[in-house]
Amino acid sequence: MTGGIYRPETDGALLAMVNVYKTFPVRKSFFSGEDLRVRAVDGVSLTVPPGKTLGLVGESGCGKTTLARLAIRLLDPDSGSIRFEGNDITHMEGEALRSTRRQMQIVFQDPYSSLNPRMKVRDIVGEGWLVHGLAKGKELRERAQRLLVRVGMPAEAGGKYPHEFSGGQRQRIGIARAIALSPKLVVADEPVSALDVSVQAQILNLLKDIQEEYGMAYLFVSHDLRVIRHVSDAVAVMYLGKVMETGPAADLFREPLHPYTRSLLSAVPMLGDAPSERIVLSGEIPSPIAPPPGCRFHTRCFMAKKECAEVCPLLREVASGRFAACHFV
Amino acid sequence: MSGSRVIGRDFARRLLRNRLAAAGGAVILFFFLVSALPGLFASHEPNRIDIVNILRPPSGAHPLGTDDLGRDVLARVVYGARVSLKVGFVAVGIATALGLFVGLLSGFYGGWVDAVLMRFVDMMLCFPTFFLILSVIAFLEPSIWNIMAVIGLTGWMGVARLVRAETLSLKERDFVAAARAQGAGDARIIFRHVLPNTLAPILVAATLGVAGAILTESALSFLGIGVQPPTPSWGNILTTGKDNIEFAWWLSLFPGLAILVTVLGYNLLGEGIRDAADPRLKGR
Repeated sequence: MTGGIYRPETDGALLAMVNVYKTFPVRKSFFSGEDLRVRAVDGVSLTVPPGKTLGLVGESGCGKTTLARLAIRLLDPDSGSIRFEGNDITHMEGEALRSTRRQMQIVFQDPYSSLNPRMKVRDIVGEGWLVHGLAKGKELRERAQRLLVRVGMPAEAGGKYPHEFSGGQRQRIGIARAIALSPKLVVADEPVSALDVSVQAQILNLLKDIQEEYGMAYLFVSHDLRVIRHVSDAVAVMYLGKVMETGPAADLFREPLHPYTRSLLSAVPMLGDAPSERIVLSGEIPSPIAPPPGCRFHTRCFMAKKECAEVCPLLREVASGRFAACHFV
Repeated sequence: MSGSRVIGRDFARRLLRNRLAAAGGAVILFFFLVSALPGLFASHEPNRIDIVNILRPPSGAHPLGTDDLGRDVLARVVYGARVSLKVGFVAVGIATALGLFVGLLSGFYGGWVDAVLMRFVDMMLCFPTFFLILSVIAFLEPSIWNIMAVIGLTGWMGVARLVRAETLSLKERDFVAAARAQGAGDARIIFRHVLPNTLAPILVAATLGVAGAILTESALSFLGIGVQPPTPSWGNILTTGKDNIEFAWWLSLFPGLAILVTVLGYNLLGEGIRDAADPRLKGR
């Protein structure tokens, strides 16, 4: 049955975010005292099933990194709720939050700022074990070494410092750190965007292999559609803090429904299975401080009509399992 | 990026290649040696009064001459080095520890903690430090320990601001977020992730701070409210020098030179460390 509004499945989902909002204050105007806020995530709902990969794609500044950090409580949402394995973790604090965090880890975009330059690689990788009292001393060194070898690092890497490694190797260290605690969810925030294309493929394959071996789910954030297609089971497309379209990856890439998704896909020629005409978007992405009224995308949409500027379309089911936020799909 | 190798082999190499910094370091090492083994550099007792030989110019027996009580100036300058070093290090140690504590707290927790601490820093900076020290010492007994404490307690604000600024930027780094995700608490993040990364700028500030502390101590001792005679200090030797400046130039020149060279040494080394730690600043 189609036509229903998107409701994140909270039963059986590993991660469910329901109607999450997050704004950031920007400098107040000195004269008017106006309180300006960036609406980074503006009412987003999504689910990540256990062991699967949800790809989150969108232009720079659309709020995908903020959403990724909200998912594992590195940021606190203004409103909405975040559920992990059925438990509401939105306001979790202290020891409960600490033990839940073992189940969710993150791989960062920048392999340089994500590793403490003053710590040896084995201490970076094993910090979680130490913090949770799982291993220390000799045992930590041995476990770190095994893990480092598993992610393709030389065995003696543990005793070195991060600056002795290249960007790709540093990203492997970051991945080792993320999987050290055997989490059920790994948020990968643009994990290959800072790397050379040849290294990108290696890291993506490593992430896939690890997923098969450990069975964790990924929330995979990227602006690169080819990367997203390569890794995702399902995809959510974001624009200016809102999800425009979501559905199974194969369907979405074969037949994009939302005009934004269509224009995105048309910009990457080798992705269009059926060669389609290039849809060129005009203009820049509007400011998230004052997003356009109605549909966020109407200022650049080739299908926009009068009502698009007035009524914000809801994310509703337009085909089985496929959701789009557009009046005309 | 280079930030990762601030205290490493590269750092040492860059520092040694900087001739001025190396010279500064050599001067400091020399004065360390002098304080550790004063007997090696001075054959006389610093406090042995010799009424027959007062205000003798430099000679074979007294290479730097004698003072108004016939004490050997070389011996007094040599033993005074110990006072200067002690004051420099202890005072700067106190200032750095305090500054670290305030700066880390302020930068890491932000909000009202930051507001209160930083306004306190502003307040402390409003006092003319030297007059504050003068009035505090006037109430306390003038002793080397009081001097060190007072110089330390009035010199931490710069370090606090520096550490706060570093902390503000460090706490937003991804590795701090990663540590949080691993389950690390505030204490672990502050001491394992933030503090070690603030050490390079602190080292620079501390080295320059030692020079300042030595100068302050000399000035206080010169005014007679620092290190009390008969304990020799470069500052109180200068006081005797001032009283006899017309006929005993050696009494003012040599302790003055010692102060000049030491302070210069610390300043050169401090600037060298700054350049070596951040090669981008080279040549500015």
